[in-house]
Amino acid sequence: MPSLRRAKPAATQPTPTGPDAPASSTPTGPDAPVPLTPAEVAAQRRRRRTGTLIATPGALYLLIFFVVPLGLITVYSFATRTATGRTSLSGWNLDSYERIADDVIGGIIARSAWLAFLTTVLCLVVAYPFAYYLATRPPRLRARLLVLVMIPFWTNGLVRIFAIRFLLGSNGPASALSEAMGLGTFRILFTPTAVVLGMVYGFLTFMVLPLYVALERMDWRLVEAARDLYASGAKAFWRVTVPLTRSGIVAGCVLVFVPSFGSYVVPEILGGAKTLLIGSYVARQFQAARNWPLGAALSVLIIVAMLVAVAINQRNSANAERTQGVAR
Amino acid sequence: MSTLGTAGTKRSARHLLKANAWFVFAFLYVPIVVLVVFSFNDSERVNVWQGLSARWYGEALGNTQVIGALRVSLIVAISSTIVSTVLGTAVALALDRYRFKGRRALDGTVYLPIVIPDITMAVMLLVFFAEAFKLIDIIGPRFTLGVTTIALSHIAFNISFVAVVVRARLDQFDRTLEEAARDLYATPWRTFRRVTLPLIAPGIAAGALLALTLSLDDVVISAFTAGPGATTLPVYVFSTIRQGVTPELNAISTLMLAASITLVVASLALQRPRSTTP
Repeated sequence: MPSLRRAKPAATQPTPTGPDAPASSTPTGPDAPVPLTPAEVAAQRRRRRTGTLIATPGALYLLIFFVVPLGLITVYSFATRTATGRTSLSGWNLDSYERIADDVIGGIIARSAWLAFLTTVLCLVVAYPFAYYLATRPPRLRARLLVLVMIPFWTNGLVRIFAIRFLLGSNGPASALSEAMGLGTFRILFTPTAVVLGMVYGFLTFMVLPLYVALERMDWRLVEAARDLYASGAKAFWRVTVPLTRSGIVAGCVLVFVPSFGSYVVPEILGGAKTLLIGSYVARQFQAARNWPLGAALSVLIIVAMLVAVAINQRNSANAERTQGVAR
Repeated sequence: MSTLGTAGTKRSARHLLKANAWFVFAFLYVPIVVLVVFSFNDSERVNVWQGLSARWYGEALGNTQVIGALRVSLIVAISSTIVSTVLGTAVALALDRYRFKGRRALDGTVYLPIVIPDITMAVMLLVFFAEAFKLIDIIGPRFTLGVTTIALSHIAFNISFVAVVVRARLDQFDRTLEEAARDLYATPWRTFRRVTLPLIAPGIAAGALLALTLSLDDVVISAFTAGPGATTLPVYVFSTIRQGVTPELNAISTLMLAASITLVVASLALQRPRSTTP
């Protein structure tokens, strides 16, 4: 699920308009620090109980099927693998974590990070001008173009990667075309290039959407002001537009880097023996290799990377909201 | 802003922007279109064009493995959508409207299943089910991985997606309508049934469609929580691709594509803000 699902930044709305809309990011809540009458206190307590009641089933489900598994995988990462490939939940140790630094696994992690970085940079370079183009169209055209962007975004990710595989296949349409044009056969399938191409194809929209939201929300009068003060177009872009859309840039990079770093389907279909990435390596530990503690330790590593990325993004968007509040 | 942004850019830059946009749209759509076209190829060999035919669609639909996988996919998708829509909507409502103990923890956790890479979520659930089965074995009944575990896993990520979509809808909600209902002596339940629910219904429907789409699309989590007797259609496709591309796969993929595009378009139509809402 293919990851194609982090539409969040596009979905959330800016601060609500209303009498009680402060420029901060605090969730709109019913209570403000005003002295309350006993009746109000009772009403509030009742609301609190209703809230608990409504939240409980979903929260409990997430606790059992997400938080507990998260804890379990952490526990497993400290366990021992027995000679038969079973996991022994005793004799806790850091062996699996120590192996992260060894040449083979360290190399896989470095390669995954490098390819994810390349993917992120490529996506940014292509998506920024694209989002800029979208955001500067007249509203009706913009809405239509946005639909065209959204359709592949929610379309079956596996099938889209399969399409790339089919296109690039050793005697697939792309190769036939290049031969017909006299360019000779080209082989990029099962190379790192193919993997990066597939990841850009799969995750490009994660970059486009937050950039689009940031550009669309931007106060273009500031660019105009810069131009009035004799800034060149390029200077206005780098000194005004880019800083004002920083929250979108960071969000997009996080949304592309995290799934690329942990991607599994793309390298499995488009990669070869030389492009073993951490996602596939983790999967192997739980399949043929039967080394669950090692797989668990690497999963924990991916989760930590993800949490760091999310934290960076949150801090950044909080900052952005504050500065935008000032600008208004 | 509309045209202001372009007013400041030079003509050459404008052409580059336009060219880049065309390039991106081509990049997004060409592979899909090629796949669809070639799925109607009559040839045994995927790379040789032999003429238009629906032959491979017939082969695909006659394949019992494909039909079996499709059945599992549909059962999982429908059941997980129903459960996650109810639970996710409730979570969104609670987070948006109420203060309660553990609210912050829930608020922080609910987004994680969306961001976490699939493979991590998949192995987490695999380990979880392995441990859970050990526990259940002690009590008595024997459980194995299968349709139930796939569905349980899909609910786990779909709750989050439904919650996010519904919450976005609640954000745009005009609270005064609820206050008006209360002023007119409607009970909280009646206010909810008659005012809140109809207003957020499009959001709930969009969330449900999204959940359905994601469940039908998922490969990785299904692959790790599926048992020997039950695989979903994407898992079948995934394991077949690794043995090579066949024309039958092209046909199945095109069918899956058609299904998910239908769902996307429906969901986009639902999410479009209506001019009547403020």
